[in-house]
Amino acid sequence: MDMRELIERLTSRHKLGAPIFQRPDLTFVDLTDNDRLRALLVELRDIEGFTHLVLLTAVDWIEEGKFQLTYMLNNRAANQTLGLRVYLERKDPVEFTSIHDIWPTAETYQRELREMFGINFPGSPRVMDEFILEGWTDMPPYRRDFDTLAYSQQTYRDRPGRATNDPRDHMKSKMYPEG
Amino acid sequence: MKDMDKSFRKDTETEFPLREEMRPRTVTAPDGQVIEIDPLRDYFCEEAPKVHRKSYSAIVEGFYNWARANSLWILGFGTGCGAIEMRPLMTPRFDAYRYGIQWRPTPRQANLLIISGYLSVKTLKRAIRAYEQMQQPKFVVGLGSCTINGGMYWDSYNTIKRLDDYLPVDLYIAGCMPRPEALLAGLMELKKIIRRGEAEGANKYAENFDWYKANQKSVIKDWDMPDYSW
Ligand code: SF4
Repeated sequence: MDMRELIERLTSRHKLGAPIFQRPDLTFVDLTDNDRLRALLVELRDIEGFTHLVLLTAVDWIEEGKFQLTYMLNNRAANQTLGLRVYLERKDPVEFTSIHDIWPTAETYQRELREMFGINFPGSPRVMDEFILEGWTDMPPYRRDFDTLAYSQQTYRDRPGRATNDPRDHMKSKMYPEG
Repeated sequence: MKDMDKSFRKDTETEFPLREEMRPRTVTAPDGQVIEIDPLRDYFCEEAPKVHRKSYSAIVEGFYNWARANSLWILGFGTGCGAIEMRPLMTPRFDAYRYGIQWRPTPRQANLLIISGYLSVKTLKRAIRAYEQMQQPKFVVGLGSCTINGGMYWDSYNTIKRLDDYLPVDLYIAGCMPRPEALLAGLMELKKIIRRGEAEGANKYAENFDWYKANQKSVIKDWDMPDYSW
């Protein structure tokens, strides 16, 4: 399968950004029209042979005020992986369409995203259930404005006497004490 | 170490709602009888732990301690990376059994709880319950730097830093990860401590029960168990 050809074919009907041909078997492309996501995914799955959802993950672009969702799809027969990226506005509540009916595995990813990034997928089964955190009341911990160091210092007590060395300086002073 | 970040404040207001299965409710039995159920009160006994007194004579107590030191039963409860190091220890390569140290599958049959590495808050909850279900005399060993000061998870939002804030630790074995040899040396040390009658962790837990509970509840926000679950 020629990915350039595929992207060209898709661009005639969907609003796609500039593709990145990362490796011969790995391509990334942005979808600029979020409402068309489900149509594009179904087309990729049923017509283009991308039958497997490898992963669904998010990136917090806090400076741009956006969340990026990456839908990683794999076409096993052609040995091609396509990363489809969409961008959401980063303001609460963040919600997006669920794709659990296209790939049932997406349900688990969506639960994780809901818990760790606070991106909700209404209608996705058990999406409001706890995923790996328990009794969590603070902001979703994978958001970049969540300060994990400050949180841990405010929550858990330090034992005095803990020292931190910069590995580079430390090894230098150990190995070349004369400088 | 970086000073505390002043701009980030953790959320201390929000209460975690009690889980549905733990809420009080009324149930109608098949014969029409209506039963009130309060799971937290009805399913558990809330009797606090008691201090285990020393024997009336030093000789008898010394004999007890000798016997205790030679009867270590470890609870097979693995957290963090350290659980991996216990496998060679309990199998022929390092063979802890020759020292009379063995593993048991349930807290009821064990008297030594080894916390083998980092403890997430979620696991801490289980570790507390496991510890409280063990029979006295019981001992706790913290394995690896994660249990001592947080180790390399010192800035993690979800792992505790000092195990002795939450459970009474009798002995720490340092390292990341301590090898089975270090574990053996540590367990030999523990035997000496027990023989000297200084492994009083369980009594310390009973005496400072409120302090331990306050610490435990300050990190476990979904506290939906009795205060003492033996
Ligand atoms: S002390 Fe090191 S080896 Fe042990 S649990 Fe922590 S990180 Fe893992």
